[in-house]
Amino acid sequence: MSLRYLARRLMTAAITVFLIVVLNFVLFRMMPGSPERILLGRTPNVSGEVIQATRERWGLDKPLFPDQFVAYLASTVQGDLGFSFGGGSRGRPVTDVLLQRLGPTLLLFGLGEVLAIILGLALGAYSGWRRGGILDHVGNGLSLVLYSTPYFLLGMGLLIVFATGLGWFPTFGISTVGQSYAGPLDQLGDMAWHLALPLATVALGLVGQYSILMRSSIVETLSEDYVTTARAKGLTEGRVLRSHALPNALLPTVTLIAINLGYVVAGAITVEVVFNWPGLGTLTVNALSSRDYPVLQGVFLLLSVGVVLANLIADLMYGFLDPRVRT
Amino acid sequence: MTTLSAAEIRGRRQWPLPKLADPTAPLLEVRDLKTHFRLERGWVRAVDGVSFSLADGEALGLAGESGCGKTTTALSLVRLLPSNGRIRGGSVELFGIDLVPKSERAMLRYRWREISIVFQGAMNALNPVTRVADQIAEPIRQRLGQSDKTSKRRAAELLDLVGIPRKRLGAYPHELSGGMRQRAMIAMALACDPAIVIGDEPTTALDVMVQAQILLLLEQLRRDLGLSLILITHDLSVIAETCDRVLVMYAGRVAEEGPVDRVFREPRHPYTQKLLGAFPNIHADRRTLEVIPGQPPDLVDPPVGCRFAARCPFVMPVCTEVDPPEVRLEDGVRVACHLFPPSGDAA
Repeated sequence: MSLRYLARRLMTAAITVFLIVVLNFVLFRMMPGSPERILLGRTPNVSGEVIQATRERWGLDKPLFPDQFVAYLASTVQGDLGFSFGGGSRGRPVTDVLLQRLGPTLLLFGLGEVLAIILGLALGAYSGWRRGGILDHVGNGLSLVLYSTPYFLLGMGLLIVFATGLGWFPTFGISTVGQSYAGPLDQLGDMAWHLALPLATVALGLVGQYSILMRSSIVETLSEDYVTTARAKGLTEGRVLRSHALPNALLPTVTLIAINLGYVVAGAITVEVVFNWPGLGTLTVNALSSRDYPVLQGVFLLLSVGVVLANLIADLMYGFLDPRVRT
Repeated sequence: MTTLSAAEIRGRRQWPLPKLADPTAPLLEVRDLKTHFRLERGWVRAVDGVSFSLADGEALGLAGESGCGKTTTALSLVRLLPSNGRIRGGSVELFGIDLVPKSERAMLRYRWREISIVFQGAMNALNPVTRVADQIAEPIRQRLGQSDKTSKRRAAELLDLVGIPRKRLGAYPHELSGGMRQRAMIAMALACDPAIVIGDEPTTALDVMVQAQILLLLEQLRRDLGLSLILITHDLSVIAETCDRVLVMYAGRVAEEGPVDRVFREPRHPYTQKLLGAFPNIHADRRTLEVIPGQPPDLVDPPVGCRFAARCPFVMPVCTEVDPPEVRLEDGVRVACHLFPPSGDAA
């Protein structure tokens, strides 16, 4: 891979992140309500001097641009995203709140994506290869159903059957409330037990589209001339598939995976709320209902940087997989 | 023309003949080959009773308009057909071994090692995400069981042989020009030192200068390596320049077959005459080209009798009733036309 390709991708990513930071500043300054009123809470009869003192304390008396903007940029770069306004986390640094919630979300969606990618690509590749076979028909139907089912419906269905119905899995949370553990292994087991249903929801929700895309991609690739060339070489069907069809068929899926990572947010909110999973999704919902703007601002920043990073990784992977884009 | 005898050519092979091979048998003998394609409305008789032979070191040109079954005929030899295609009759004997009844697995033994194909490399016949040299080395490693190092070295030699500079060894297909890609495709076809190379429109997408270079290369390789060549093309001038014999096909059947100089100088079949007339000739003062009016027949339900009858200027009542028999004339030309009845001209 050429250094120029790498440099260009990194440059694009950096510019995008900067624009997001700017947008994040503008957007939240346009929100209704004044920050000093929120800072002071619902206290009635606050004197003008107190309000003025608060404004000066937080630099709100200075003009938005350049003073406030520069201060915002400087603290953002240093990782200081301000303090939470409301809810249970009032007064805590936003960065701490975010970091605490990042782990569970990454665990749930990272693992879910990986599972969905492995299962979906394998199922799709096999269905396309054995087009018209039993697995193709069953798999394709199932994929379409899963693809069109919203997360919350899938999650609630799983909850009703496996949690409240059969009682095999817990209904909410990441750990059993009030439980004391014999050791770290015990704690991990409890977490895995809680993780099972939300993870299944995420993985099943994503697996359909990966399998559908991979199937059509393989079918298309198998009709390419270079696959005929590979067959003419007297290679076995398995080798034709592995060395010639698959490397080409994977290319479109890389793009889809990158786009999907961007939609993790939307998915996160519904899945996490259904299972009361203590991740960024539930944090976003709580912050919205309590008008916790600094936390929302932090969530937006974190998620958009995540999307940019995912796209960067996809670009680099694409460059690795396809020699035609390496220039 | 080649000066090597069949025995000499076969003696230079890197691996033995297949077990059942008869060393005295002709290289390739195709008899009454029928390859049909299954469609919703029935079987398309794309190749319907084609016979021909290929001797060691010989170059045979397959000519005819699009859809006449020339490519299907060639791909049937190694059974490289689309999933709805099937050989429904006839035999393909290579070294005296009939390939038609072979299982799909047994067929792998013959592909590339005995019969390789030069596809239109200028288009999409090379895998876009793999280095060209690796694609050439692949059959050497996979089919001949050579080590990674030997295969790579051989691939480099082959690229040398077809005139691709050493420094392009690590190139991907998109980094090469159309002519270079076609050369690489030829190098790939030579990887396992096959007995027969099929060229499926190998020069079609190339400009005239490059086309001439590629044909020259093929001709030279055929002479040097003692290859036998089957060249599929709709370009009659290509056949005139490179082939010993020509086989003209029409609607899945052989119209005329014989030595190139005989067939081109004195075409017997009305279709061959029309085909040659439809070709620009710089010596002719005519400004417009002749066209053959009408369409080839529907091969799901072909008409009784001669398939060219509907477009033939010399059509007789017998033509729409009886299939014309293939007649071997005394100058070695084989023709299937009622103008040449079995007992008449041959005497």
